[in-house]
Amino acid sequence: MEKKEYLDLYKKMYLIRRFEESCGENYSKGFIRGFLHLYIGEEAIAAGSIAPLREDDYIVTHYRDHGHAIARGLETGPLMAELFGKKTGVSGGKGGSMHLFDASKNFMGGHAIVGAQIPLAAGFALASQYQKKDSITVVYFGDGATNQGTFHETMNLASIWKLPILFFLENNFYGMGTSVEKIRANGKSFGNLAENYGIPSTVVDGMDVLAVKETTEEAIKKIRSGSGPAFIEATTFRYQGHSMADPAKYRTDKELDEWKEKDPLINFHKHLIDQGLSTESDIEKISKSADDELSEAVKFATESPEPDLDDIKNDIYA
Amino acid sequence: MSEITVRQSIQKGLAEALDADPNVFIMGEDIGDYGGAYAITSGFLEKYGPERIKDTPISEAAFIGAGIGSAAAGLKPIIELMSISFSLVAFDQIVNMAANIRYMSGGQVNVPMVIRAPTGAGMQLGATHSQSFETWLCEVPGLKVVAPSNPSDALGLIRSSIKDPNPVIYAESAGLYGLKGDVSDKYYEVEIGKADIRTAGDDITLVSYGHGMPMLEKVAEELDSEGISSEVIDLRSLSPMDYETVNKSVQKTGRALLLDTSRKTGGVMAELAASVQESSGDYLDGPLLRVGSEDVPWPYNRKLEQHAMSSVPKILKQIEIGYSL
Repeated sequence: MEKKEYLDLYKKMYLIRRFEESCGENYSKGFIRGFLHLYIGEEAIAAGSIAPLREDDYIVTHYRDHGHAIARGLETGPLMAELFGKKTGVSGGKGGSMHLFDASKNFMGGHAIVGAQIPLAAGFALASQYQKKDSITVVYFGDGATNQGTFHETMNLASIWKLPILFFLENNFYGMGTSVEKIRANGKSFGNLAENYGIPSTVVDGMDVLAVKETTEEAIKKIRSGSGPAFIEATTFRYQGHSMADPAKYRTDKELDEWKEKDPLINFHKHLIDQGLSTESDIEKISKSADDELSEAVKFATESPEPDLDDIKNDIYA
Repeated sequence: MSEITVRQSIQKGLAEALDADPNVFIMGEDIGDYGGAYAITSGFLEKYGPERIKDTPISEAAFIGAGIGSAAAGLKPIIELMSISFSLVAFDQIVNMAANIRYMSGGQVNVPMVIRAPTGAGMQLGATHSQSFETWLCEVPGLKVVAPSNPSDALGLIRSSIKDPNPVIYAESAGLYGLKGDVSDKYYEVEIGKADIRTAGDDITLVSYGHGMPMLEKVAEELDSEGISSEVIDLRSLSPMDYETVNKSVQKTGRALLLDTSRKTGGVMAELAASVQESSGDYLDGPLLRVGSEDVPWPYNRKLEQHAMSSVPKILKQIEIGYSL
């Protein structure tokens, strides 16, 4: 890996964290409304797993989607504008935080019904296979989604049709306020669910961006070669509540503090310095440029116009 | 002209699409080796191969969802549901995904997909297999819903549905597959959103769709024998609905009977009745009449099922009470 790639990973993670912090601030100020689900703590997953993807690969994700969008290279200005409900937003102000799209980057949403994005993603993979292309699809979902029928139905379908799809579980151990222990039969491992459908699975430390990247690269290589789907479980933790409406009383400060010890940004920063991969000044420069970009993004969102009333009936039918 | 059945019309339209466009494929339960629950895709697997005629697991949400994704990626999936009652298992995919995704992406993602599904009661299939959920689906913006009543429209509408860049629900009256009729040998399409005036008349407007149409034809004959002239309209398309054609007709005849073959409550005709009341209320010579099936779960017993269904005698009685005709 080149030095620049390390720094790019750091920059993505830093930008995601700052973006999310800014979202929290702007939600408190009333500029962002509706449900807002922050990705703070989980940055290494989006940054590490999206970096190895090609432009023609598809990404389909859930409603905690800001991190994936930024990792895919969607611009922070139109992203923030979407959260502000502005016409210049990535979805024209009609989607909001949970429904971010950029078809030009094969970023196919932000989906807000738990598990519903999984069959949709299989369709993109089916299209690649049908058209004899070697592009693949990555679909993200949380631990809560593993109890939806769509998750099981789609893993079976993808396995029998050998679809080029990577099932990516972001296990943050809580489905809203309900812990994994309460909702998982037969132990805590999720990999056996995939293996029961004949899909190879791997567990990775979702707080370690390099481990996530490496694990994803291996899975993608196999999928692209035509061997069918793969499954990755990345363990992680969200520092905030489920959404801005959630004070997270169902878990302890101790649990949160233990996870913060593994903070993906702080630890990767340390790794870069310790291994001599970058200097404090490199990192400061990156952080500064991300901070500047974000200030511009908020300015862009603030100054952008709202949709016209006439827009209400546009975009329903092609 | 050729005389063919509704089933043959649908087969013809599907085969044309498969022949013309390599991105068209069909998927559903038992459509391949078995040939389709109603034998629509009989022989297709042998002709087009397993990549284009895809047998699916019994996982409606998964294969409809996969259809939506593949459509968004540029393919043209035609999905067969064994019954429109089974759409319930995939309702989230149809409504939250297929219908909403274009809007919530700000117009970036299109879903050019057709879902074909048999609908309606009358075959003693009991409560879970006899419902008419085109009535629910036509409430959803982003979907189009069509329901042919004869071989000519079945062909014209399957052609336009496959050509349409939006998700289209193609509701097939299960009792009409064997119905014969004349079909033009020259290529034509039926525009989605256009009703058809089957018979022009002056005294009363009769409106329905799907398997309500054979009933209205009999009603019109009965009325004709008493010297009453009916204008018979087939909606053909439930979303968008052709309010204009119906209102124009009612403004001419001053009387209307609207027939649902679904349960009466929440039927398509309730919406149409509201439009007629708003736009043509001043032209009405009496109450706006509506007939629909009983508001009960569909019973298995033949006598009970027939009693629950809309019927020619029920319609004639309603007209007699309403207009003293």
